[in-house]
Amino acid sequence: MTTTQTEHHDIVGRGNRDGAQLFRDWFTELSDTAKSGGQSAYVFVMGSLNEILKVFDLPVVFPEINSLQTAVRRVAHEYLSEAEDYGYSPDICGYVKADVAVQLRHGDHPMGDIPKPSIAVLTNACNTYIKWAEIWQRMYDIPMVTIDVPGSREADGQTWRGDGDFENDRRYVQAQLEELITVCEQVTGKKFDIDKLREILRYANDISVGWKKVLDLNRSRPSLFNALTDGTIYLGVANGFRGTETGSRYFRELVEEMEYKAEHKIGTMTEELYRLLFVGVPCYPIFRRFNELFSEWGGTFINSTYLWFASGGANKGFEYDLDRPMESLAEGLLISVRDAMDSMFHQDRVLVDMIDEYHVDGIIYHPIKSCRTVSTGLADARRYVAKQRDVPSLFIESDMMDRRVVSEAQMKNRIDAFFEGLASRRRQAVIQ
Amino acid sequence: MKETIFSEWHDKPLDEILYDCRELVEDPTYPTVKRWRANGGKVAGHFQVYFPEEIAHAAGMLPVKLRGAPVEPTHADSHFGSYLCSILKTSLEIVSTGELELDLFVSHPICDAARNLAAIWGRNFDYPCQILYLPQNPNSSHSATYLRDEYNRIQGVIEKVAGTNVSQADLQASITLFNENRRLMRELYTIKCETPWLVSAEDAYCLVSVGGMIPREEHNELLQTVIPKIKARKTKKQDRTRIVFEGGFCEQPPLDLIRMLGRSCYLVDDDLLIGMRWILEDVPSNGDPLFDLAESYLERSSYSPVQHDNRKLKEEMLLQRVKEAKADAVIIAAAKMCEPGLEEQVAYTHTLDEKGIPYFVSEFEENMTSFEHLELQVETFMENLLFA
Repeated sequence: MTTTQTEHHDIVGRGNRDGAQLFRDWFTELSDTAKSGGQSAYVFVMGSLNEILKVFDLPVVFPEINSLQTAVRRVAHEYLSEAEDYGYSPDICGYVKADVAVQLRHGDHPMGDIPKPSIAVLTNACNTYIKWAEIWQRMYDIPMVTIDVPGSREADGQTWRGDGDFENDRRYVQAQLEELITVCEQVTGKKFDIDKLREILRYANDISVGWKKVLDLNRSRPSLFNALTDGTIYLGVANGFRGTETGSRYFRELVEEMEYKAEHKIGTMTEELYRLLFVGVPCYPIFRRFNELFSEWGGTFINSTYLWFASGGANKGFEYDLDRPMESLAEGLLISVRDAMDSMFHQDRVLVDMIDEYHVDGIIYHPIKSCRTVSTGLADARRYVAKQRDVPSLFIESDMMDRRVVSEAQMKNRIDAFFEGLASRRRQAVIQ
Repeated sequence: MKETIFSEWHDKPLDEILYDCRELVEDPTYPTVKRWRANGGKVAGHFQVYFPEEIAHAAGMLPVKLRGAPVEPTHADSHFGSYLCSILKTSLEIVSTGELELDLFVSHPICDAARNLAAIWGRNFDYPCQILYLPQNPNSSHSATYLRDEYNRIQGVIEKVAGTNVSQADLQASITLFNENRRLMRELYTIKCETPWLVSAEDAYCLVSVGGMIPREEHNELLQTVIPKIKARKTKKQDRTRIVFEGGFCEQPPLDLIRMLGRSCYLVDDDLLIGMRWILEDVPSNGDPLFDLAESYLERSSYSPVQHDNRKLKEEMLLQRVKEAKADAVIIAAAKMCEPGLEEQVAYTHTLDEKGIPYFVSEFEENMTSFEHLELQVETFMENLLFA
């Protein structure tokens, strides 16, 4: 191989390779913690508070990720049934139920053993987080700390630093963070170290900046990564390794990979025919197949609201001010988690703006039974976007966990019809 | 004060008053609100569960509780996906069809579905559509201060819509009025609990419910008139099971369902329209009415599946409700597709099992019209209790 070929081989696909390996390492570490009976913090992707928990060396467990892994590995139905036998309704979030079954199985999970929680830390970005953590509170009698992050009060109604309403929200968030620190000190027996927090915030900054840059770089034509498949790997690292040196390095290298691909016009597909936006949560029970239903037509997902809200709003690229760490952490958490919520409730305006910027051919809405936070407003948001811009969209409902409500054949019919429409539209445009 | 908008009941005997209340509660055209608007009044619609109505009242607006309606969501359906509770759709329906006209809409982050409402309404109506961020961490030492300022923010929004400034004296006067209103509702619930044969479950429900669609001055007058008449009734006590109904904090069961339950048992306590009865004691007067309201929301309040508070484990609160009501059993209901309600059912049933308290689990929908099957199940449950 020539130097260029070696360089190409080393860089292209590195994000996926390293991301998958980091994920395996992470689960191995969790298994080790479970076996040794060590402490862990149960957290969620929208506002994980890794920044504070890492100061206390608490390994973080993301039950959402554990649950989706059961679906990707096609065993979710076993876990769902177990939780339903315990009393949970079929109409309750599948993530919650899969996790309940993991807990009932004493941490037994397809990727290893999951440690028991010593503390549960959550935000209000999703109300189900609260109900979910209450389950652990009952099961394990552990401290449950809710960091209540007020969201936007209306569309385009965000306030910013210096505004009275923003400062009220920030003070509230900061007070809660300080109270969380006290609880962490009690749980771990360790003293809070502000310098360690600064170091973690610096790494977290690298991830946020890198994450935003990676997403922005996918404006490239052809697109550099598939937001649904590759993006989910990057997202896992952004969450699991937030505030760590490993995560910081990963995102530095990922940006390097994307810049390399952009420079050399290396796309994610051999022939990119349709550039799509994805709105909602992936269909994990048929994760690969779901994507193929689009890629077989030459369609690729260039961005996804999932990568915004499920990163806790890291897509905003907020950088903490290390000179005033606590105040800035509160500010960053408020702005980022608020943005995550906006990505679920008010994403319509952002999508309209992206249509030209990202050369969008179509928008795929994928509301799911399990998640009402994400799904409730999508039909209405779609109507709004259709009024603003003449862009084709597809609305398909299924689930991110429960294969009982995933009908692949029906989905394929509708997706095929959607692409036939796109093709016809393109032919008409050429004629005119 | 504006003209009376619910006068049908005036100078009538008790049974006819109760009939008028039932008619009003079941009327999805909100005639009282139409009269209020015809008199030039403005309307603040607030979605379930709790809203500090005193603030809207102090600005001269009519606070109206949006709690769905027994209508088909023909227009609203296309704005929502599947797998959602009915109340979201029917609330939008009655506003989309013009049956209920608002000047302001406020919702709260009570659940994953409802927190989408402000965005959905904002895309469809020109008036302000806001979220009031009631704290989800009442255990923070800063919650009351935060909420006081959040109330101050919403007061600013209300003032703009109402076109008036609200003084501290205005707020204090509204709090005093609402304190009396809450006291009267507590008195009604005391009758329901201690002498349930004097007032039927459906009538007690309607007497509370009309408060969400008329000014509180009128509601107070109604309750002040009705309560003594109820107490004076000569109805005889029957041998019926004393039941607590849990699960009516947001979407409301149809009146026919409450009527059916009332036929089978004494409904001695419940969480129906709990937002109207959220604050359990008088809001004090300590000089800052907004802070007093905020602190009362957190410290002098009931419980529901949509408010997390480490001090109020829901199953413990239910046990307390059962004990205080001297109830024999519990009906644990949840609106169809209501995730918080369904989640809480698990904790409730496991705890009641542990304590050996009988319970009946069910789901309902505000639009359901057939109750035969459910009635049979409830009656079987009651018979099992009697002959256990």
